[in-house]
Amino acid sequence: MEVFLQQLINGLTLGSIYGLIAIGYTMVFGIIGMVNFAHGDVFMVSAFIGLICVLLLTTVLGMSSIFLILAITLVVAMVFTGLVSWAIERVAYRPLRGSFRLAPMISAIGMSILLSNFVQVAQGPRNKPLPPMVPDVFVVMERNGYEVTLAYKQIIIMVVTATLLAGFWWLVQKTSLGRAQRACEQDRKMAALLGVNVDLTISLTFVIGAALAAVAGVMYLMYYGVVNFADGFVPGVKAFTAAVLGGIGSLPGAVLGGLLIGLIETLWSAYFSIEYKDVAAFSILVVTLIFLPQGLLGRPEVEKV
Amino acid sequence: MASLDPVAGARAPILAVDHLSMRFGGLIAVNDVSFVAARGEVTAVIGPNGAGKTTVFNCITGFYKPSAGRLALFHGGAATPDELDAVTASGLSWGRTGAGALYLLERLPDHKVASWARVARTFQNIRLFSGMTVLENLLVAQHMSLTSAGLLNPAALLNLPSWKRQQKGAMDKALYWLDQIGLMERADDPAGDLPYGDQRRLEIARAMCTNPVLLCLDEPAAGLNPRESAALNELLLSIRRDHDTSILLIEHDMSVVMEISDHVVVLEYGCKIADGTPQEVRTDPKVIASYLGVEEDEAAVVEAEVGA
Amino acid sequence: MVHPPVADIPPGSLPSGSVPQVDVPANGLPALAPLPPAVPRQGSVVGSAVTDAVVSGLLTGLLLLPLVGFRATESGSGPLGLTYRFGLVAVFAGIVAVLRLVLNLTVWRRGRKVKTSEGPSAFATLALKAAPALRPAFFSFAIAYPFLAILLSGGLSPSRYWVDLGIYVLTYVMLGWGLNIVVGLAGLLDLGYVAFYAVGAYTFALLSTSVPVNDFFAGHLGEGFWTAWSFWLCLPVSGILAAFWGVILGFPVLRLRGDYLAIVTLAFGEIIRLVLINWVSLTNGGAGISSIPPISFFGVPFNATDEGFAAKYGLDFDSMHRIIFLYFVILALAALTALVTIRLRQMPVGRAWEALREDEIACRSLGINTTLTKLTAFATGAMFGGFAGAFFAVRVRFVSPESFTFMESAVILAIVVLGGMGSQMGVAGAAILLIGGMEMLRNLSFLKADFLFGPDFDPSLYRMLIFGFAMVAVMVWRPRGLVSSRLPTIFLKERKAVSSALVKEGHG
Repeated sequence: MEVFLQQLINGLTLGSIYGLIAIGYTMVFGIIGMVNFAHGDVFMVSAFIGLICVLLLTTVLGMSSIFLILAITLVVAMVFTGLVSWAIERVAYRPLRGSFRLAPMISAIGMSILLSNFVQVAQGPRNKPLPPMVPDVFVVMERNGYEVTLAYKQIIIMVVTATLLAGFWWLVQKTSLGRAQRACEQDRKMAALLGVNVDLTISLTFVIGAALAAVAGVMYLMYYGVVNFADGFVPGVKAFTAAVLGGIGSLPGAVLGGLLIGLIETLWSAYFSIEYKDVAAFSILVVTLIFLPQGLLGRPEVEKV
Repeated sequence: MASLDPVAGARAPILAVDHLSMRFGGLIAVNDVSFVAARGEVTAVIGPNGAGKTTVFNCITGFYKPSAGRLALFHGGAATPDELDAVTASGLSWGRTGAGALYLLERLPDHKVASWARVARTFQNIRLFSGMTVLENLLVAQHMSLTSAGLLNPAALLNLPSWKRQQKGAMDKALYWLDQIGLMERADDPAGDLPYGDQRRLEIARAMCTNPVLLCLDEPAAGLNPRESAALNELLLSIRRDHDTSILLIEHDMSVVMEISDHVVVLEYGCKIADGTPQEVRTDPKVIASYLGVEEDEAAVVEAEVGA
Repeated sequence: MVHPPVADIPPGSLPSGSVPQVDVPANGLPALAPLPPAVPRQGSVVGSAVTDAVVSGLLTGLLLLPLVGFRATESGSGPLGLTYRFGLVAVFAGIVAVLRLVLNLTVWRRGRKVKTSEGPSAFATLALKAAPALRPAFFSFAIAYPFLAILLSGGLSPSRYWVDLGIYVLTYVMLGWGLNIVVGLAGLLDLGYVAFYAVGAYTFALLSTSVPVNDFFAGHLGEGFWTAWSFWLCLPVSGILAAFWGVILGFPVLRLRGDYLAIVTLAFGEIIRLVLINWVSLTNGGAGISSIPPISFFGVPFNATDEGFAAKYGLDFDSMHRIIFLYFVILALAALTALVTIRLRQMPVGRAWEALREDEIACRSLGINTTLTKLTAFATGAMFGGFAGAFFAVRVRFVSPESFTFMESAVILAIVVLGGMGSQMGVAGAAILLIGGMEMLRNLSFLKADFLFGPDFDPSLYRMLIFGFAMVAVMVWRPRGLVSSRLPTIFLKERKAVSSALVKEGHG
């Protein structure tokens, strides 16, 4: 029971991070129907931007307020990652829009290779550790000598995720940008005819997705305290799994899927074998796609004859 | 209404549709429709938009599994009611009969409706293999007759003489149909490059290359100009005349329907409202009402006005 | 009133064909030639180009600032420090700005007459004209290649690098041709092709190093039999097992379409790799399987003994004999792949694959069992992947899960898409370009010269960076690959290439 509770806490934390990345996948898929393979690497880039920002704030400017540092880092990472994602869409995807379906996918794979190797070249291949930023923990309960702890950083992750998701939800539900996005999802040509700036809407979708991935990147950096240039692939695939599990194209689905994947991964590691935790994630992906291709909250696709 | 028992009908049936119903969620697209298509005839299914014509077609050709009903197709000749009941009760999808064989189409997956029961079809929005040439389109259609020895036929892999003979037969058949539709000159052009009318006829020729006993055409005249429409009529009549193939077609174009069909079934809102020869159907008040959008009791007035 | 030059209308504002290239005379009737009021003047072309260059330079600088401008540096075991490289950022920003300025004033200049070619592109016409000669030329060159390498490099031993490179490239040519069946012909997107490569490699590695199998053959056919013959006996087994896995993995995923299929195959590929890592008792985990027996000349070992290849055929022993033999083995395997594919395309099953790519529903209406057709495509492609895997294992004589990452699948898929889906010669060309090019990037040691980047510069680090960049650039440049048109499998009078605009890409 104690172990389960502890894993529940850990799983929800991890799941929040996956959920934030998954939104980027699901939004981009929804609006232009492509799997943005480079999104996992965008997440990794954002963690590096966060790392640089933290180092700059602490070692150069000598700041010590953790909350101020985190807040500034979040904003900086969101802005710069958004810019990176905007540039990627502009350079690698927009010229291919409406052409051959495989071309953007190959372009995205190329972009993913480019990003991870760019970071390797620019920042070096070794793990980049940070001193623990928020080391305090809070003991939730104790029984039989086993402490169930809730780290402050876990609380931060969940609170920040929840807050940003609420803001994001407002953005896509209540603003004209959200309406334009939904219109483009339904029918891009018609939306353009009705005066929606399709290019801008798609660009902003990429930017928003990247900004949320940047939040995930900073949270990841704070949680694990270390980042590596190769860290984009596996969280990327897991977040994609989350998006698929929740029903690709569905925003609440992405968050739900993220939480589920986080929980499954931590519980699997705790009760079965930690070696096969990635196999578990991939297997869920396969099983979901085969038996429930529309996901938990997605709309089923009907074949037209 | 005429007796729906396929075996009791005067004309020898090829397809007997019995109490066919198709529901999509809460929507009833086809509601208890029964009719018989006779061997060697052209049967037309007409009706206003949304009447459920294409749904009936998709059920017959196996693309949809009907919610209820029986679709019996007869090879050779009609089956006796006992044979029909025996196969239905057996749970099998087909059975031998005194006259030949009997297939229950609702129990077959789509590709077996085409390959076993030999029902071929065309589509409302033409579905050609646009990146393949006209000739290749006709050869793909003979896939089944060429793969009787298995998909990875070693004779074919090694290009042995037995295979070359088979290949030649397929080629001859393709050329025959190219000639029939007048596209011999364009054999090596991609199908996607053909004009619309030619694409329609190529799709029909491709369907005919599968040696069907029943050819189902989904709005073959849609989008054709009068000249192309006339060429289509001629092609359909020649198919009925020269080949052992019965035709079932959906059509909006009344001139096509009246000119070439022997038997017309009229659907409205998923139900059958009339069934008979073109003459009978043309004067049926219900049909007139449905086509002209008036109530049934006003139909007589309308009838008098249009002079039918 | 003098009209501004019409050629300054932005190219997007009028259909390119209708842009008049001569100035409208000043006395021309305004009603007949209405012009948009805000047409930029000639002088502003330079102005807007400069603005564009400055903006893109600034953007580049901004993009590179966080990760190039700063570097988190390790200092011993202490915490990370920061080093600054703002100069480098400025250099890159400058390069981009100048490049864009030059391009805006030349190639991308507004109103510049853009050649719009109708019909098949120059590449397609060229490919069509050269097509009959291309394949024999390719194979003749491939056969002559090792001899050329020996001649040009001046001896057996010095040619080793070139023959090795040839083997390496041909392996990818073969993998590309194998995947081409699945992706190019049947239109099924497979991102986990490397799984079959791995199955082939591990099948051979496990069987050839297996003690019980060795003992069994030693008991019946003599000591040393298994070492000498294992490759030749295992090669078909590897292919069959890979095909079997193709069917097993293919069966559940065939109902999926498009990107979903791609993702599931990716996941399968990763699952197989992770199982190879974690199933230590069978595969020795991440440490891999070593001491795989080398290839034999159909039972005759390549060694210096009296029983060896050199002694038996009266040659002086040279380790290059084995390498050259390996080269011809992979050439033969690649040729087999090509020939079988060519035959299959002319058979009903191959036509069904292509028809499936064009329209699955129409296929079903013609009685084609699409499940079976997809499975044969998967299995055939997987079989060739398995052959290539067995060859990989016998060449390197060591297998580990490291060799079968997603990156390999991505590279093979990139070769197929870059080559032009469905075109064998295009795929071969792409493999030579990509793999050969990547190898060439290893040899950039001249960049280490003091006057360039200095001895600390490691050019091999930039290989994958350039590779990724090239993938994006090529896709943007030619989304349908090098050879985009399709050659029909049969013709009545004349073989005409089918333009890529008509050829579908499949949806599954």
